[in-house]
Amino acid sequence: MAILTIQNAGPGLTVQDLGRPGWKAQGLSTGGAADPLALLEGAALLGVNPAEAVVEMMGFGGTFTVDDGTRIALTGAVMTADMDGEPIAHNTTHFLPAGAKLTIKAAQKGVYGYLRFAGGIATDPIMGSRAAHLTAGIGARLETGDTLPLGPDPDRMRAPRKLPATDRFAGGTIRIMPGPQTDFFGQETKRAFCATPFKRSQSGNRQGIKLEHGGGSFAPEGGLTQVSDLIVPGDIQIAGEGIPYILLAECQTIGGYPRIGSVIPADLPKIAQAAPGTPLQFTFLTVEEADATAISQEAQLRALTKMCQPIVRDPHDIADLLRYQLISGATPGDDLERP
Amino acid sequence: MTVQDHTPEILPLGVDGVLVRFAKELTEGANALALSFRDHVQEAQVDGVTEVASSLVSVRVGFDPEVTNRATITQALGSLLDQHQSVDKGPRRLWRIPVAFGEEFAPQLNEVSVLAGLKPQQAVAEIEATTVRVIAIGFAPGQPYLGMLPDHWNIPRQTELTKSLPRGALITAVRQLIIWAADAPTGWRHIGQTAFRVYLPETSTPFAFEPGDAVQFRAVSDTDFRAIAADTTTNGGAICKVLR
Repeated sequence: MAILTIQNAGPGLTVQDLGRPGWKAQGLSTGGAADPLALLEGAALLGVNPAEAVVEMMGFGGTFTVDDGTRIALTGAVMTADMDGEPIAHNTTHFLPAGAKLTIKAAQKGVYGYLRFAGGIATDPIMGSRAAHLTAGIGARLETGDTLPLGPDPDRMRAPRKLPATDRFAGGTIRIMPGPQTDFFGQETKRAFCATPFKRSQSGNRQGIKLEHGGGSFAPEGGLTQVSDLIVPGDIQIAGEGIPYILLAECQTIGGYPRIGSVIPADLPKIAQAAPGTPLQFTFLTVEEADATAISQEAQLRALTKMCQPIVRDPHDIADLLRYQLISGATPGDDLERP
Repeated sequence: MTVQDHTPEILPLGVDGVLVRFAKELTEGANALALSFRDHVQEAQVDGVTEVASSLVSVRVGFDPEVTNRATITQALGSLLDQHQSVDKGPRRLWRIPVAFGEEFAPQLNEVSVLAGLKPQQAVAEIEATTVRVIAIGFAPGQPYLGMLPDHWNIPRQTELTKSLPRGALITAVRQLIIWAADAPTGWRHIGQTAFRVYLPETSTPFAFEPGDAVQFRAVSDTDFRAIAADTTTNGGAICKVLR
């Protein structure tokens, strides 16, 4: 089995996948990648199962080597990266040869970057998932010197691909839907909430982010005596001092703070990827409008796969042109017509 | 106790879920309805339902929007609510869990006793005498909310949060007990210590409790408690009896 070695770990590296659904009743939130869209993007690029595990990098990457060559893709937050000093593009597949040093630096845009290996990270699943859920005591942060098993690349020779950049790193207007406690807030409070320009504050992690704003409080009518109730990621909690928090993948399952609404899943990656200081504003959809935005991960993956483009490389840009086998074998001649 | 005592509301909770809420305040009746309705929905095997989770007074039903939709689920839950009469079949399991109440293990027992209008020995005796039920599991994995204690235990959360508590701490507020499992601050008061782990992620049965389980606490001496805590062959000396 191929081995990934973390030669140098940034401070926020964990193994993640699409999470561990089905344990809410026992107090364990689904967890998984803070930006699941980035996992689908990497899977579309490499043509692999999106459920395979990746390395999530919060804010900063690290240095990585493998002992067996494999295709990789970098998605999510835009992080400057190079392979043995040669810059490599974001949202693009690359071949990482055995022993080559992959260096991923700080995020230029966004918060959570993802390094996907074509064969996936093949650690032992716990309760059906490989995702670290640190608040639940599952898994651990990756440290310098750690090694992780990788599954085999199912198609090493597959032609490289790229995905057009999607900008979900600049915040902006975020769509929210009503939840069970929205009516605990007065009309005026809801209007003020949507009229207020917020910023993502310094404080935030995989559990959620805190918002800051110029003034005003968004307390519900009747104070903070509601009975604790079930939470979903995206919920906007108004904490004791009237400060909003938006809950993310690793949130608790039950909470006592009232929730004014919930960010729809389609816009939640924008919240996860909002770096401190990113402007955020909110607009309410009706429940019907929100429901119309629901899309399964399978459908998302199909759409992303269609958006992938082949990479046409100019031979002038290929420094080691002669390393490539430029002519090989014959083909039936209908390759391009085949799916 | 019937549904008519707590008119349920069916509310949106995410694009792929609804919340059936039986009350806006915690009562034993509303909790019993929530727990039994959760079982009812699970047994009904409604098409497209992905996950059913209960809380103190509500049940969230998650669904797959590719298979079904909110209107269909709402209608299905509406008819399940109409048939939903029986509430409590009684606990499926009874747990007996040792607790140390010595000063070292129960830093706020005296304070809580005063708030409950009891002597510390009386407070311990009342905890031992009350069979509590797992009324919800949550906040942290496997962490049980246990209720309800008698009325005079309706003690508010403290305003100053306790930064951290040892795992297995027995804490109390608002007529409830929790066996603490979270790495987070809390406003509940620390009145005893168990060696019980509610969550064992390394095992095939990671969560000790199920909603509805009955729990009795048994006071042990600090010396006995240390021996129990050191013994890794049991889960904190707990005994679990299957009742039905």
